[in-house]
Amino acid sequence: MSAADAAGSVGIVTPRRFANDAPFALQCGETLPGFELVYETYGTLRPDRRNAILVCHALSGHHHAAGVHSAEDTRPGWWDSCIGPGKPIDTRRFFVVSLNNLGGCNGSTGPLTDNPATGRPWGPDFPTVSVRDWVHSQALLADHLGIHRFAAVIGGSLGGMQALQWSIDFPDRVRAAVLIASAARLSAQNIAFNEIARQAITSDPDFRAGHYREAGTHPDRGLSIARMVGHVTYLSDDGMRERFGRELKSGDLHAGRDVEFQVESYLQHQGRSFSRRFDANTYLLMTRALDYFDPASDFGDDLAAALERAEAQFLVIAFSSDWRFSADRSREIVDALVAARKRVASAIIESPHGHDSFLLELPRYFEVLRAWLGRLLSEIEDEPAPEPPSHAG
Amino acid sequence: MRADLRIISELIAPGARVLDLGCGTGDLLAWLQANKSVNGYGLEIDAANITTCMGKGVSVLEQDLDAGLDHFADDAFDMVVMTETLQAVRAPDHLLREMLRIGRECIVTFPNFGHWRSRAQILLRGRMPVARHLPHAWYNTPNIHLCTFDDFERLCRDLQLRIIERFVVDDGHENSAMINRFPNVFGTYAFYRLGRPEHANR
Repeated sequence: MSAADAAGSVGIVTPRRFANDAPFALQCGETLPGFELVYETYGTLRPDRRNAILVCHALSGHHHAAGVHSAEDTRPGWWDSCIGPGKPIDTRRFFVVSLNNLGGCNGSTGPLTDNPATGRPWGPDFPTVSVRDWVHSQALLADHLGIHRFAAVIGGSLGGMQALQWSIDFPDRVRAAVLIASAARLSAQNIAFNEIARQAITSDPDFRAGHYREAGTHPDRGLSIARMVGHVTYLSDDGMRERFGRELKSGDLHAGRDVEFQVESYLQHQGRSFSRRFDANTYLLMTRALDYFDPASDFGDDLAAALERAEAQFLVIAFSSDWRFSADRSREIVDALVAARKRVASAIIESPHGHDSFLLELPRYFEVLRAWLGRLLSEIEDEPAPEPPSHAG
Repeated sequence: MRADLRIISELIAPGARVLDLGCGTGDLLAWLQANKSVNGYGLEIDAANITTCMGKGVSVLEQDLDAGLDHFADDAFDMVVMTETLQAVRAPDHLLREMLRIGRECIVTFPNFGHWRSRAQILLRGRMPVARHLPHAWYNTPNIHLCTFDDFERLCRDLQLRIIERFVVDDGHENSAMINRFPNVFGTYAFYRLGRPEHANR
């Protein structure tokens, strides 16, 4: 049996492209002449268009969240455990949209695509994009798909930040926002880790000030180290102890090998495989978007004031061993939502797997999602159907 | 609805901002949301209860009462409710003060350790009381701060909390002339509606 036929799989999916030809003004002040977003959809949009869910990806994610790309494809999408028929984000009931964000390296307009002004790839000259830019470009995609209001915008980590921004920037277009292992702004410690990652990349001689494509190189070593640092922060001390302990790669210590402990081998493998599939300029851009995200800054650093305008109801999920985006960061969001008198539910899932927990199939995590999304759908169905569009004249 | 929750729901004004400490399966908040349009939140730590609350559309927050309420602002709520939880928290006196800092009023319910059956078990049998409303043995009870109604009222006096209303009932949540006359002997549960001392509200 192939992955496409697996129970609960959305099966074979084909990425699509959305082209926005109009100039798109970015928060940084620059304007993109237009852009393309690559996206996938799962499930069926109901005629009343009220069952759409937008899934926003995290730092290194992309549009391929569920299903497979061919019958031979053995690697399903990054959130296949959660999206599919009968899964927590149930594609028998919801229509799910997942895209690769602007500035990404998986097909959407970004450093790898051509700058129309020069005819050459943007590379390091691709303008700085923000979470707000992502959300506004996602809104154009929603327009294109005929979705005025999402039943829910869902995301983990950086994806949760997009869900939060959606609720502030487009209050009438989000019925619910699900923020998983996320934060309303990064801590100094978080920015510090991102800076180490950036320094690893930019100090690699192969980086060539970001023009590595023209030079026929790629800062594999730098990107690999950046990923290794990131990866350590995505796991927990207990989780790593449980998984690797002090197991040696070979039987004896000091056998003269480069890699002695299992955890070294694991990290090096993670770093290498990531540097092969990810673009360094995109990594720099995504970490910057993370660092700058701070919706409260426009409201005198008062997150509750920023959320005043939100009309969505919220679900905020944290994981006990996550120290990169700890449960305290989630509680700051919850506190602000309570102060702003918004509907919100929260859960702290016991897990030894650190920040990475949000990508895992943990029984209680999925129960929470199921119960909450099930209730959301029943509330949607209890509401009278929206007015059909009027046909004047 | 459970009899005790019905009594509490009558004490809450329509449209109020309500915080329910230890909200269980969210019955009170779900009812108040549907019937009194309250803006309600519940704190709970039991995973199954939290999921149940979510299925009812209740704003349930996974937070431990013993971790404190200091992240809530002064006057954040009109009413803070705590049903049968006071006796199980680490610092009931501190919690009561906090409840009346974040809420303008609070409702507290708890079982009476001074009920005549409890008194009789200690006095006649020399054993820690076990009863329908106090079903645990001494070694496994979550109730680490049991008190009588008189104890509680003494604490309210010490903390200068104003007792606005009090209902005392039996096992079946019924009231009787006997209970009203000797609440600390015949009452099983009490419902206290508390406010800040008069001078604090001025």
